[in-house]
Amino acid sequence: MDAFLNQVFAGLATGGIYASLALALVMIYQATHHVNFAQGEIAMFATYIAWTLINAGVPYWPAFFLTVAIAFVLGVLIERIIVRPVERAPVLSVVVVFIGLLVIFNSLAGWIYTYTIKVFPSPFPKEPVHLGSHLFSAHQIGAVGVTLVVLVLLYAFFRFTPLGLAMRAAAQNPDSSRLVGIRVGWMLALGWGLAASIGAIAGMMVAPTVYLDPNMMAGILLYAFASALVGGIDNPGGAVLGGFIVGVLENLLGAYVIGNELKLAFALVLIVGVLVVRPSGLFGRVHVTRV
Amino acid sequence: MAALLQVSGLHAAYGQTRVLHGIDFALEEGSITALLGANGAGKTTTLRALCNMVQTTGAISYAGTRIETRATEDIVRLGIAHVPDGRGTFVNLSTEENLRLGAYVRKDRRAVEQDFERIYSYFPRLKERRHQQAGTLSGGEQQMLAVSRALMLRPRLLLLDEPSFGLAPLIVREIFDIMRAINQSEKVSILLVEQNAAMALDLADHAYLIETGRVVLSGTSAEIRSNDAVRRSYLGY
Repeated sequence: MDAFLNQVFAGLATGGIYASLALALVMIYQATHHVNFAQGEIAMFATYIAWTLINAGVPYWPAFFLTVAIAFVLGVLIERIIVRPVERAPVLSVVVVFIGLLVIFNSLAGWIYTYTIKVFPSPFPKEPVHLGSHLFSAHQIGAVGVTLVVLVLLYAFFRFTPLGLAMRAAAQNPDSSRLVGIRVGWMLALGWGLAASIGAIAGMMVAPTVYLDPNMMAGILLYAFASALVGGIDNPGGAVLGGFIVGVLENLLGAYVIGNELKLAFALVLIVGVLVVRPSGLFGRVHVTRV
Repeated sequence: MAALLQVSGLHAAYGQTRVLHGIDFALEEGSITALLGANGAGKTTTLRALCNMVQTTGAISYAGTRIETRATEDIVRLGIAHVPDGRGTFVNLSTEENLRLGAYVRKDRRAVEQDFERIYSYFPRLKERRHQQAGTLSGGEQQMLAVSRALMLRPRLLLLDEPSFGLAPLIVREIFDIMRAINQSEKVSILLVEQNAAMALDLADHAYLIETGRVVLSGTSAEIRSNDAVRRSYLGY
């Protein structure tokens, strides 16, 4: 029973990471109807920036927040400089641009930091934590906590601030948004910035477990895709729940059913399965188009 | 007195297709002016051109300044509110959020809060529905919402695109009555685009008749109403 609970909890911890990254994907998808394949690599690159800062002697939390800010600027710049010119391009061109970004960030990280695996620190204590009679890893609890704080902050931002409202409006109805004075282009750039920041946090939370290397996000991005699809690619709340579901399922299946080697295949099966059986996901809206 | 809005030689095109061929008209401050015409005459395009939502050439001056090169989101900041063709509802947001967006460019937060009550007094139905997702509102309620969203700007000029479209006559009557009240009590100038010429002429002081991208007739509502050709083609008697 203890082992089972631990597996569930470990699943929730990684699920939080998937949830964050899935949320970043959904945010950009809602605004542009494109899936940002480079989301994971941007997160990985941001994590390297955090690593550089920490190695330069910056204490963990200042480095953490500085990285979130740098990632935000990076996201805004990518939108303004690279994504904006292909705004009206056919979908395949956009996909190629995103894949190009993926390769660029991957290679850039490899070129600057080499492909040697690096240890990334956790801000949480090394000793396991007693919850009742159970032992849990402090980093896992901390990561879940950080994820939840991020989610609550984001929810409050979108729900209660004028800027959050304007971003939601711009994502769903750009023409009407312009007519009420919203600068839609900038809202998209802000969305990219936020998504990059969320990704950076996910990267920093997962790096102590999977270690830091340029390819660390490849598998995680797949799980994030699966999460976003399970929840419904156009539903932020669904994507978050999808993340936790995928995290727990993946961990339990890996531990008890299919073994660790086939875990990633599970993500792919899930992606294909959702697309076949319920393309709008558990909580997504079914779009009906009159033809 | 110089007109609040003066349009001269306005051409507009969607890609290769030219829709407006040099339109001229003016709107006096405080008036209700109607643009009439059949489907496809270019009425909606004229409104879109005013807000720089289509490619145009020609001159548009508003309150003494040229605005034809300004971006859509800057034109709003001059006090021009546009109720677009198809209502432009933010369907996934609540009624209240839709209204709040109408006041997006305003800085006077406290007055905005008071304006919610003012709007709800015009359209009590919106108050009942204020937490409801706007996409679930009926057509008439969405039109009320579109007009209200525009009024939340406290506009100096209101552009109304086919407010009667697809609505029951009673609801149209209600909306038109409120438009008249707003024009008189708040001195909002209104440029109204309508296919329903009879109703538009009841509301408007001046009217322009547009046919295939050109103004073919203009005058006071009474003059337009008594024109034989208009009577036969647009009023049906």
